[in-house]
Amino acid sequence: MPDRAANPVIADLQQRIAHLEGGAGRVREVLPFGIAQIDSRLPGGGLALGALHEVAGGGNGAVDGAAAALFAAGIAARAKGKVLWIVTRADLFAPAIAQAGLAPDRVIHVEAGDEKALLACFEEGLRHGGLGAVVAETAHLSMTASRRLQLAAEASHTIGMAMRRWRRQTEAGDFGQPTASATRWRVSVLPSAPLPVPGLGRARWLVELIRAKAGESADFEVEACDAKGCIALPSEVADRPPQKEVWRRVASA
Amino acid sequence: MVAALDAKAQALGAGIGMAVTKAQALSPGLIVLDADPAADGEGLHKLALWALQRISPVVMADPPDGLVIDTTGTEHLHGGEAAMLTTLVERFAAAGVEARAAIADTWGAAHAVARFLRPPTLVIPPGEVVAVLRPLPLAALRLGPDTVTGLRTLGFETIGDLLDQPRAPLTLRFGPEVGRRLDQALGLLAEPVDPVRPSELVEVRRVFGEPIGAAETIARYIGKLVEALCAELEKRGLGARRLDLLFHRVDNTLQVIRVGTAQPVRDRKRLTRLLCDRIETIDPGFGIEILVLVAIESEPVSDRQTISSLVEAPEPDVSDLIDVLANRVGENRLCRFVPVQSDVPERSVARVPPLAPETGATWEGDWPRPPRLLSRPEPIETMALLPDHPPVWFTWRGIRRRVRRADGPERIRGEWWTRDAEMTAVRDYFRVEDESGERFWLFRSGDGERAETGSQSWFLHGIFG
Repeated sequence: MPDRAANPVIADLQQRIAHLEGGAGRVREVLPFGIAQIDSRLPGGGLALGALHEVAGGGNGAVDGAAAALFAAGIAARAKGKVLWIVTRADLFAPAIAQAGLAPDRVIHVEAGDEKALLACFEEGLRHGGLGAVVAETAHLSMTASRRLQLAAEASHTIGMAMRRWRRQTEAGDFGQPTASATRWRVSVLPSAPLPVPGLGRARWLVELIRAKAGESADFEVEACDAKGCIALPSEVADRPPQKEVWRRVASA
Repeated sequence: MVAALDAKAQALGAGIGMAVTKAQALSPGLIVLDADPAADGEGLHKLALWALQRISPVVMADPPDGLVIDTTGTEHLHGGEAAMLTTLVERFAAAGVEARAAIADTWGAAHAVARFLRPPTLVIPPGEVVAVLRPLPLAALRLGPDTVTGLRTLGFETIGDLLDQPRAPLTLRFGPEVGRRLDQALGLLAEPVDPVRPSELVEVRRVFGEPIGAAETIARYIGKLVEALCAELEKRGLGARRLDLLFHRVDNTLQVIRVGTAQPVRDRKRLTRLLCDRIETIDPGFGIEILVLVAIESEPVSDRQTISSLVEAPEPDVSDLIDVLANRVGENRLCRFVPVQSDVPERSVARVPPLAPETGATWEGDWPRPPRLLSRPEPIETMALLPDHPPVWFTWRGIRRRVRRADGPERIRGEWWTRDAEMTAVRDYFRVEDESGERFWLFRSGDGERAETGSQSWFLHGIFG
């Protein structure tokens, strides 16, 4: 957050808070998205390793979780090491995950019988430390459960991704409940970029950063994961002239 | 005398207990083999050992033709009781042994159900033993032939008839056997199972002067037992693939923890961890007096030199995590997906064990695939121009969507080498996007022109992100 760090008093305060939080002397590692607009909104300049992140789909995606699965797969693909993918409903189609950059050799799939077993496997995977990321498709995540997962992730530097996916659209209101996760994302589908010929262009998502610990929420319009798991900004957003608003905020900070 | 015969011989009219000459007279070409009870017993013992390694830690041969398996606490590793029985019978059938299997609350009940009810596999839910046993004939009670004949002379036909009678006169006439067998079948009388133990197994045991019960105490002694076992395994150059921990309780019952590993292991910490993970499934009752730890399956393991960290960072080993998870949710619920050479989407994915060798293979082709694939394509209503245009709109699960953009068709032909019906089958897949930006994977069964290629109806098969 370059705009806030400009003020030495706030920077000093931030340092003291970080010290109180127990992270003293430990550099928090992050996994950057590689897009300046998104990374600058995240504390540390990227998705924190050793933390729990929540991803959900918007609209019908709350039930099918298709875009959210690809978003999570893209992040897991860019993390190093094997990935544990835990589900209760087995409808994930592996070739799509491979197309998002997550090679089939790297993913170990677990079919847990119920939510309780799923959370137990999730925590076990986070605690182990040899994995790059753990993705779990879960409907309910209580404060207690998420705190346990967060602690397990902190100790092992593994990315934990709770993919929130509900049985019914009406249950998706559960996403408003507080949890201990570091960031919370909602990924909804948008119409793809128009092509000059009949056909379907690269998929587009509205990625909303609903909550970020020590950061502010924001939303981005991005293009879906490529074969290496990287999302991209649409060209009209990436290449537009710098906005005046950004400058005004720095001046007032 | 005829001691045993197969289904064909039975159809010809031969029966057990018939003189051999009479049977041969019934059908001249009959193949007669000398009965060899000793070899039969040996074969049964071998089957018991096989079941001991594959199914459950407590297995006993029940001569002349049965196996008793105590499945308590092991069914979740095989995907449930019914699935376990089906696999068991299928495995036997593949080896040329016709088998029937049943699970019930008691040995006596399972024995009767397996032999006297028609379905080859049957699971009797807890508490329904009496209702199931009532209509069965007396022979199902494991009584001597003389007793059965005597009871039938008195007019008793089914177990239900016996249950309704007062016990005393029966005991006076036929001895205590009838009452004992009845009680055993109903679970009123305990019937111990004496499990088979092959002699070459690595086994360590610990007898306690004072029975133990607390979870911490059990965990401590598990640690000690594992240490002794690992020392023994190291001497033989083996690693454990499957471990049984048997708890002998003071009330003469047996409780078991069984754990498996994906690779041979003799790491003390890992084995202790796996066993201690399951302590809460054990009910110590009034106390445990003997702990026995057995490596049911072991394989040779050789020490490997680890990669020096100076050259490259070693790939982190996840096999211990896989063992922990496999013992928690079941081995068959962990997998990796690998590509199969097939264009039909639902056949292009195969499951392999998580530690299978890595091939580096991935799915070929540039056509995008949806992250969610419906297990069964769902029929949709559409309006589309034939032969090769995407739909203009479609209705799925009651919601009508107008198609804004579409891509396709991607034509996938049936695999004529797997089924005759697929000789001419064709599916045309389209990626479509509706007005709100949701993307779906639709296909038309058929090429839109010729009727023999499919029904020309539309289906939704997947959801894109």
